[in-house]
Amino acid sequence: MITHAIFFYTFALVAIISALMVTISKNTVHSVFFLILDFISISCLFIMIGAEFLGMIMLIVYVGAVAVLFLFVVMMLNVAQQKNQWFAAEKGSTHIPVGLIVSLIIFFEIIIVVGGWKYKPELLDSSKLSNTMDLSNTHSIGSVLYTDYILLFQLAGMILLVSMIGAIVLTFRKRIGVKKQSYIKQISRERNEGVELVDVEKNKGVKIDV
Amino acid sequence: MLEYLNFLFSETYKILFLLIPILVSVAMIVWLDRRVWAFVQKRRGPNVVGPFGLLQSLADALKYIFKEIIIPASSNKTIFILAPIVTMTLALVAWAVIPFGKNIVLSDINVGILYLFAISSLGVYGIIMGGWASNSKYPFLGSIRSAAQMVSYEVSIGVIIINVLLCVGSLNLNDIVLAQQKIWFIVPLFPMFIIFFISALAETNRPPFDLPEAEAELVAGYQTEYSGMMYAMFWLGEYANILLMCAMGSILFLGGWLSPIEAYPFNLIPSPLWLIFKILFLFLLFSLVKAIVPRYRYDQLMRLGWKIFLPLSLAWVVLTSSYLFYFDLLPVN
Repeated sequence: MITHAIFFYTFALVAIISALMVTISKNTVHSVFFLILDFISISCLFIMIGAEFLGMIMLIVYVGAVAVLFLFVVMMLNVAQQKNQWFAAEKGSTHIPVGLIVSLIIFFEIIIVVGGWKYKPELLDSSKLSNTMDLSNTHSIGSVLYTDYILLFQLAGMILLVSMIGAIVLTFRKRIGVKKQSYIKQISRERNEGVELVDVEKNKGVKIDV
Repeated sequence: MLEYLNFLFSETYKILFLLIPILVSVAMIVWLDRRVWAFVQKRRGPNVVGPFGLLQSLADALKYIFKEIIIPASSNKTIFILAPIVTMTLALVAWAVIPFGKNIVLSDINVGILYLFAISSLGVYGIIMGGWASNSKYPFLGSIRSAAQMVSYEVSIGVIIINVLLCVGSLNLNDIVLAQQKIWFIVPLFPMFIIFFISALAETNRPPFDLPEAEAELVAGYQTEYSGMMYAMFWLGEYANILLMCAMGSILFLGGWLSPIEAYPFNLIPSPLWLIFKILFLFLLFSLVKAIVPRYRYDQLMRLGWKIFLPLSLAWVVLTSSYLFYFDLLPVN
């Protein structure tokens, strides 16, 4: 039990400190690395409460894919050297009040949700997640996700699909005057088309690359 | 207290018993790789140090240890030093769940295959960190290339894993091996094995997909600024990752530690040896590919990953699941 507590407090402390460092750190790339550390320690916490499937998915999706792309963007933007001076913001800047309001709203939302669990226990009963030990938690998640919540699950998938298509449409543009290689053309080229014998006129040359 | 210490010591012994053979075999496999490469190209390869040049890797390691570690002045020092450590740790940590026999496994966890997949997808961080922290053009370009490459090929590896899981019905690696007692998954899922093999090449930055370190354009990619032991750690991590991918391939498709036929002469060989044979076989394929295939162009690499492998493996998921459903073969427990 003591080992469990030690591990829990280690991971929790790392999670909180790295979450703080995400905002405090001066270097944007460092912030992203702290965010990754945060994700990792939270997935460790998930594994500690026995939700090993969630923990692993968290690692795969957030750390393995989302954070990589995030890092990718931040590195490309070249904002790493920018000095982060948000306490010494210019006069009239509205960043801090807006941020405070947003975080207050989120805080109250969390309080409402947790209060709902506490004061209305029947809210919890609506989930049919069984706590029996004979089912692994992958099975128990699957058994509710694809039966009771299939509609919500598919909706979430549709939202992701729509946002993906939206991003592609927004950034896609036809560029004119760019030479493109068509792989079908390259593969289907035959030997007799590849080489051509041309009679060159004197002082004129040949026009290639039509 | 004494129990804790006892537990700690026994676990440490187990870990060392796993780690030291892996590190030794990584050194040997580098030698094998260079040897195969040389034989294909009608060269001799490393054959001076020790019998058949077997101790070449040891000599290289000694050389790396005694070389000076140079940290570029304008680099980001913490991350620069952390990058090779991350690469090597992640490559070694994943071996904890690989089963070498029915009960010969360090930790037999429920979500073994997810753990393997998660660790292999974290592998990209070592490369990105190394490339960014070097604060130099070539490493940065190399790391950006490899980030995009590894993320794209992970997607198809994930979908291929789903194919196998549909046939098994469990995420435990030992269950995956035991499900192949009747028939190895390479037979019903042969196209998936081919795609997995090619994706594994891309995932480990092996030729023909070694664009992150394409020496003709990027010097050595993300490793350009590294020297001495730190370079050796990158290199150890890379080969440990290749071995890991071979192990993953043999567990998913070649029956893991199972012997091909449950009959008399094959029974005598212990199960860990079977897994090692299979890993070596896959590694031989890896090094043959390195020797004979020219490097891909970057846009071709991306096209292969996203436009060919991903749709193919997704279609195969639909095919597998509908086949299993129609013939009522879905594993339900």
